[in-house]
Amino acid sequence: MSKKGMTIALLAAGMLAAGSAQAVTEIQWWHSMGGALGDKVNEIAQKFNASQSEYKVVPVYKGQYDESMTAAIAAYRAGNPPGILQVFEVGTATMMAAHGAIMPVYKLMAEQHEKFNPKDYLPAVTSYFSDTHGNLLSMPFNSSTQVLYINKDAFEKAGLNPNQPPKTWPELVKDAEKLKAAGVPCAFTTGWQSWVQLESFSAWHNVPFATLQNGFGGLGTRLEFNGPVQVMHIQNLANMAKKGLFTYAGRKDEPTGKFQSGECAMETTSSGSYANIKATAKFAFAVGPLPYYPSVKGAPQNTIIGGATLWVMTQKNPDVYKGIAKFFTFLSSPEIQLDWHKSTGYVPITLAAYELAKKEGLYQERAGFDTAIKELTNKPPTPNSRGLRLGNFVQIRNVIDEELESVWSGQKTAKQALDEAVKRGNELLVRFQKANE
Amino acid sequence: MEKRVQFSSRWLPYVLVAPQIAVTLVFFFWPALQALYWSVLLQDAFASKTHFVWFDNFKALFQDSVYISSFKVTALFSALVALSGLAISLLLAVFADRVLRGARAYKALLVWPYAVAPAVAGVLWMFLLSPSIGVIAYALRSHGVDWNYYVHSGQALLLVVVAAVWNQISYNFLFFLAGLQAIPASLVEAAAIDGAGPFKRFWTIVFPLLSPTTFFLLVVNVVYAFFNTFAIIDSTTQGGPAQATQILVYKVYQDGVQAFDLGGSSAQSVILILIVIALTVLQFRYVERKVQY
Repeated sequence: MSKKGMTIALLAAGMLAAGSAQAVTEIQWWHSMGGALGDKVNEIAQKFNASQSEYKVVPVYKGQYDESMTAAIAAYRAGNPPGILQVFEVGTATMMAAHGAIMPVYKLMAEQHEKFNPKDYLPAVTSYFSDTHGNLLSMPFNSSTQVLYINKDAFEKAGLNPNQPPKTWPELVKDAEKLKAAGVPCAFTTGWQSWVQLESFSAWHNVPFATLQNGFGGLGTRLEFNGPVQVMHIQNLANMAKKGLFTYAGRKDEPTGKFQSGECAMETTSSGSYANIKATAKFAFAVGPLPYYPSVKGAPQNTIIGGATLWVMTQKNPDVYKGIAKFFTFLSSPEIQLDWHKSTGYVPITLAAYELAKKEGLYQERAGFDTAIKELTNKPPTPNSRGLRLGNFVQIRNVIDEELESVWSGQKTAKQALDEAVKRGNELLVRFQKANE
Repeated sequence: MEKRVQFSSRWLPYVLVAPQIAVTLVFFFWPALQALYWSVLLQDAFASKTHFVWFDNFKALFQDSVYISSFKVTALFSALVALSGLAISLLLAVFADRVLRGARAYKALLVWPYAVAPAVAGVLWMFLLSPSIGVIAYALRSHGVDWNYYVHSGQALLLVVVAAVWNQISYNFLFFLAGLQAIPASLVEAAAIDGAGPFKRFWTIVFPLLSPTTFFLLVVNVVYAFFNTFAIIDSTTQGGPAQATQILVYKVYQDGVQAFDLGGSSAQSVILILIVIALTVLQFRYVERKVQY
C-alpha cells in the first residue's frame, strides 16, 4: 500500500514538474535497470535531453522486469501507458501479440522519417526481435549472452592451465574432477539454468527448442527440447551433480555469488555479470565461450541473447512518437553504445560500435570481454538459433526450473524431467494460443 | 442485559456505518467481484482479446497436477506453521506467566519479532541460511551437513516454516499470556493443595480452560500461513525447489502477476475466497460459541 502511495505521490510530483516546463514533449521511459545500471540509464537520458530542447526523456525505474511489465500492462488498460517500455526477452511473444498496444519500431522509424537501417545492428540481436518478414519490432538495448567464467587461481592450484578455460563439456568434466581432487568445494555451477543449459544450449548445438522455427512461425508452436542432444546434456550435468562436480545454487543469478566468493571455480552465466565479478572477485578470473559437445554435428553454432529491448507503446500524442524516434537514433549512435558496452558488459548492439571498440583496443585491455559478441556472431543464425518466441514463456521457464530441480536432486532422470517439462509447457502454449487467436 | 444502543433517528445509524461500507465495497467487494468475473474469461495480457470460457479455467486447474500438489504443500505448510507456532508460544507464555522478576523486559523482548515485516523476516533468515552467503549454512557445511535449500526440498520447507513461525510467535504469545492470566488462580491453587503436580495442573486445568484461545489462535494461524506468508516465500525460495514451497497464494501471484494469466489466477483467487469463507464460518460457528464457558 505505502509503495503504491509513494508511486502516486511521485507521479503527481512528476506531473507538476511537467506542467511547469511548457512546450517540451515528455517521454516516459519505464525500465528495470537498478543500481549502477540505473545511473547509466539516467545519464543517457540526460545526455539526450541536453542535446536538444523539444523532447524530454524521463526514465522511471519500475522494479524488476516482470514488475515493470505488469505496471505497463495495468497502465495500458487504464489508458495511460508510458512511451517506452523495457521488456525482457521472454516477454517478447506477449508484447508482439498485443495488437493495438504497441508501435513496431520499424514502422515508427519509417513514419517519422528517421534514418534507420536494421542491417547496422548485430544480426543475432535483431533476429530475436523481428517478425517473420524481418521487420524489427523493438529496439535492442541491453543484450547479453552466456559465457564461462573460470577462477584462474583455483585452476593453477589444481595443476590446470589457467589461460585455457575448457572448450567442450567433456573437457569441463575432466577439469572439474581435477578441481575437486585439489579440494575445491564447488567445481562448477550455473546461473539461469533454463536460459543457459537448455535455451542457448539448443541454439549453440543447432537443435530445435520448439517447433515452427522455435515459435517464430506462429502461435501453433510446441516445445521439443526433450530431444537426444538436450537429454544427453542434462543427464551429463545430473551425473556431475551426483559426483559432486556440479553444485546447483539457484534459478537466477544466485550462483554468481558462489563464484565471486571463490567457492565455485567455474560458472556459466550471463556476460552481463562481468562488471560485477570484476568489482568483487579477490582472485584472477578468465572468460571463455560456452562449452559444446564436439560429438554434435554443426556445434558450435551461435548462442542466443538475453536481456531486454525497448518497446514503443501506442500513444495518443503523435509528438511523442517523433521524440522516441529521435531518441532511438541517439541511443544507437556508436559513442553511446560503446560507453554502454564498456561500463556494463552488455554487448554493443550496432556493428559500428563494435568496430569502434576494437579500434580503441578495448579487447586487448580486457581479455575475454569480446567473448559474448564472438559467440553471438559465430555463424549466421539458423532457424534453431535465431531466438525463441513463446507465449507464457515466464511460466514455461518456471516449469523448466522446477523439472530441472527434480533432476539435480535425483528424483527424476533427465529424460523423465524433460518429457514432463515439454508436456506441461505445451499446455501453457495451448492456453496462450487460445487466448490470442 | 440489553447491550444494544438505540438511535432515535432512523437514518443516523446508516450514515454512521456508510464510510465503513463504502470502504468495504470499494476495496473488498469490487475486487472480489472482478476476480469472479475474470475467472470465467480467457484473455491476453493487454486484454485486446477476451473470450468467455465458462468454467474452463477451473477445470484446467483441477486437471493440473501442479495445482493439486500446491494444495498439499499448503496443507502441510500451514499445519507445520500453526502447530509448531502454537506449541512454542504456549511454552513461552507459560514460562512468562511464572516469571516474577524482569517479566516486563522478557515479555517486551518476545513481542519484538512481530514488529518485523514478513519480507524482512524472510530476508533475515535467508542471510543466515543461504547456501551462498549464510552464516549458519557455512557452519552446517563445515560439520558435514549438505545444506543447500535450492536442491533439497525438505530444507527449503524448513526454512520458510522457521521464518513464518518466528514472525508469528509474538502474536500467539500475547494471546496465550492473556488467556493464562484470565484463569482464576484459585482453581490452580486448589489443585495444588489437593496434591497435583505442575504437569498435572497444566494438562487438567490450564490447558482445557485455555482451549477457546487455542482454537481461536489455530484458525488465525492457519489463515496466516495461507495468506500472510507470501512475502517470506517470495524473498527466500520463490516457491522452489520443484514446487516444494509453492503455496496457493504464491501460485496466484506467479500465474497472475509474473505470467499475466489473469483468467487462471482469478480462478485460483476464487477458490481461495471459498477457503476463507469456510474458515470464517468454522470460526464463528464453533469458536465464538464456545467462548462462553
